[in-house]
Amino acid sequence: MNLLEIENLSISFGGVKAVDDVSFVVEEGSVYAIIGPNGAGKSTIFNLLSRFYEPLSGQLNFAGNDLLELRAKDIARLGIARTFQNLELFEHASVLQNLLVGRHVHNSQSWWRQVLFTSSVIEAELEHRRKVEEVIDFLELAHYRNQMISGLPYGVRKKIELARALCIEPKLLLLDEPSSGLNPEETEEMGFWIEDIRRDLNMTVVLIEHDMSLVAEVSDRVLAIVDGKVVTEGDHTFVQSHPEVVSAYLGDVQ
Amino acid sequence: MNEFLQLLIVGISQGCIYGLMALGFVMIYKATEMINFAQGDMMMLGSFVAWTLIMDLGIPFWLGVPATLIIMASFGALVDILIVRRVIGQPQFAVIILTLGLGIIFRAAAGMIWGQVPLTIDSPISGSSSFYGIVIGNERLVIIAVTAVLIAILWAYFRYSKWGIAMKAASQNQLAAYYSGIPVRVIISAVWAVAAAISALAGILLAPITLIEPMNGLLGIKAFAAAVIGGFGSMPGAILGGLIVGIIEPFAAAYVPAVKGSLIYVVMLIVLALRPQGLFAQIHKKKL
Amino acid sequence: MRILFKTNYKQDLNLAKHGGHRFWYGLLILVLFAAPLILGGYYIGEATRILIYAMAGLGLMVLTGFTGQVSLGHAAFLAIGAYTNAWFLAQGFSSFVALPMAALLSMIGGLLVAIPAARMSGIYLAIATLAFAIIVEDFAGHLNSITGGNRGMMVDVPTLFGYQIWESWELYLFVLSILVVATLAVLNILRSPLGRAMIAVRDSEVSSQALGVNPMKIKVFAFTVSAAITGLAGAFLAHYMSFLTPQIFGILLSIQLLLMIVLGGLGTVHGVFFGAVLIGVLETGISIAKDTLPSSIGGLPGIEPFVFGVILISVIVFEPTGIYGRWIKIRSYMEFFPIYRRKSFKRQRTYLKTERLR
Ligand SMILES: Nc1ncnc2c1ncn2[C@@H]1O[C@H](COP(=O)(O)OP(=O)(O)OP(=O)(O)O)[C@@H](O)[C@H]1O
Ligand SMILES: [Mg+2]
Repeated sequence: MNLLEIENLSISFGGVKAVDDVSFVVEEGSVYAIIGPNGAGKSTIFNLLSRFYEPLSGQLNFAGNDLLELRAKDIARLGIARTFQNLELFEHASVLQNLLVGRHVHNSQSWWRQVLFTSSVIEAELEHRRKVEEVIDFLELAHYRNQMISGLPYGVRKKIELARALCIEPKLLLLDEPSSGLNPEETEEMGFWIEDIRRDLNMTVVLIEHDMSLVAEVSDRVLAIVDGKVVTEGDHTFVQSHPEVVSAYLGDVQ
Repeated sequence: MNEFLQLLIVGISQGCIYGLMALGFVMIYKATEMINFAQGDMMMLGSFVAWTLIMDLGIPFWLGVPATLIIMASFGALVDILIVRRVIGQPQFAVIILTLGLGIIFRAAAGMIWGQVPLTIDSPISGSSSFYGIVIGNERLVIIAVTAVLIAILWAYFRYSKWGIAMKAASQNQLAAYYSGIPVRVIISAVWAVAAAISALAGILLAPITLIEPMNGLLGIKAFAAAVIGGFGSMPGAILGGLIVGIIEPFAAAYVPAVKGSLIYVVMLIVLALRPQGLFAQIHKKKL
Repeated sequence: MRILFKTNYKQDLNLAKHGGHRFWYGLLILVLFAAPLILGGYYIGEATRILIYAMAGLGLMVLTGFTGQVSLGHAAFLAIGAYTNAWFLAQGFSSFVALPMAALLSMIGGLLVAIPAARMSGIYLAIATLAFAIIVEDFAGHLNSITGGNRGMMVDVPTLFGYQIWESWELYLFVLSILVVATLAVLNILRSPLGRAMIAVRDSEVSSQALGVNPMKIKVFAFTVSAAITGLAGAFLAHYMSFLTPQIFGILLSIQLLLMIVLGGLGTVHGVFFGAVLIGVLETGISIAKDTLPSSIGGLPGIEPFVFGVILISVIVFEPTGIYGRWIKIRSYMEFFPIYRRKSFKRQRTYLKTERLR
């Protein structure tokens, strides 16, 4: 079954088409990779899915919902979580607080109950905390639990952003360059986690990635885009041997 | 009709003062993304410095004015170098608070140095002209003329001079300007200097029609409203906003005195509500 | 250093995290309530002023410190609260009506600014609140029938259950009780989803949206809470002043409030109280110093705002985390004494953080 269906998606910035008539589908339970040189429009696809940008044309369908009818704040509630290429953590809050914001969509307490901190709020908070602790255990973040984000190294922040997305308990996880800025060991670790996320947490993953060995390791299908246009789609060996992909990558990306 | 014309010219001349100060706001904003809430106080200091040079030390008016501009330009650059530069990279509100604090200090210092008793400068221009049956003080006509000339000079400066073009480049993209060899830091200090000098000129122009006192610094808030009404992103907009504010004031005072103090701010709020994106037009969404 | 062994997560939800906390904060509240037994009328008056500052600062902190929305016009809410309270008392209502009305009207004023302003980013809001404050001040000068205009307005003493609060220590206890309640409410919000959402909006609006937070709603909520608390502070300010003129609520008061929370430490409840005490003590200190210094210095007009301005700027430039941040550093210096490393608090290098792309 297709969880995500994108049809003829286009957007332009100042006349330049950043995403040009892109269509693809992501099957439930799969790991789907998007590759392409810098400025190809990969992140823009995510930002369109997050409803940060309004598309020029196209359809976005997620599990039977038309995303274009929704606003940015409604996307997480449907079960779509994401990370950001340039990390968008809450800098002046602790790791725990960051992760608990990930539970926001599961909150149903009215504002006045929160002001009074009634027992139902306490119950709910404890439940959120248990869920967050599961994610903390899963990604081995216990050591950083009470530290401020602003003092943490890049690799750890990257993991925390992933953890925060997991706290939503989403059906679909969008990862924007999960391995960028990580050293080879950390990248390998990231690969294992993505596999675990798919296998143990039953999530569907779409990732944007430059590291081809990671793509080869985790992805079922690969989409290559250049200058906003789809070049080819298929499994990683097929896509990687496609002449246009080779030529786009030879000049551009390591 | 005559009354209308009279109010209009009074408004335009006052508006020129606001426009000049608004220009200072916009220049600094475009170059550094900072709002300098001490702009009005720079104007106030400028008029006090002019008073000291001309009235206290007896320097001739035509020498005193350029001397004031030079002193205030250096002062503006110093403020940037010694204080403002240190907060680059801090959240925007920290910068807002910083310049508000600078304004408080300037006002208090002016009160300590020059006292609270209002001062006047003997201007070489006096008398009034009458035409179409209205009588207008010559100082007001001078304000309008000087502002027009200054706008022409600034326009040419940003269009043709090397420094002007560099300043424009630096305000459009700091990083790119830096990479193309433009000394961004120096440019920013220069912007502060020019903004301070323009404000000081506004202060000197204003001196003959009002008294010089520390509280004049608060006129900066009206100039700020002018900058907002004018769009905060462009220099012609700043002048236009200044003129709008300047014209609203005397008309409100004449016809609806109850709202004369707040009308410009109501207009400003309406502008803000109507075009929240259009204002500060050069800010784009940050790259995600 | 204190090491906490967590038996369960419930402990983390408590306001006081361990016995030491409970003891010291309990003692503090006890001392505050017992203060009228020890302190004379003058000092109780000064303390009342500090408490009122703290209440106003608490309101502003919710908006600026926790939600990241700078208000340059919070004096407007003080004004609305003050005049509403005074007006209802003048009509013969008791404080039971007048105080809630003060909070409510202030809240409505807050909504009036917040709903259009919530769509705007930081700087617009600062501008809109500034304009709002100027308009409110101007209005107060013109609504002669309600505010007495520029001639001013006497404020009746608070009444509770037909009892009139005349004594300064009674007012002190009244303010203190309301402040404790307001502080608890804010602390509750902070440990709830709403408080976390506020911090999320403050630190990254985009990612808060991607996590399902509605920034508009959160900003409007923060604005409402902030205006209500500040309105209450205004109501008490009216009693403290006992005579109201619009000039009290000028832009300088708004800036002073902002100064207070920045000085104390943005983004912490502690900061509110540090800031209020500091401003209060500073005001008293300056007026005492003015009397003792030779009149050539002490008698200078404007020495007070000058000192404020200098302190404000020094804090922004040298210690952006405020007094509370400094206190944390000193405390951990003592706790880790022999092995304290300067580096652990080294300010991270900051770059021009710009929202521009071009
Ligand atoms: N908000 C925006 N305003 C203007 N142009 C934009 C905006 N967002 C993206 N672009 C442009 O769209 C194009 C695609 O950008 P995008 O970030 O999607 O690239 P990418 O494939 O993610 O590249 P990278 O590998 O560097 O992350 C670029 O040319 C970029 O400059
Ligand atoms: Mg990208």
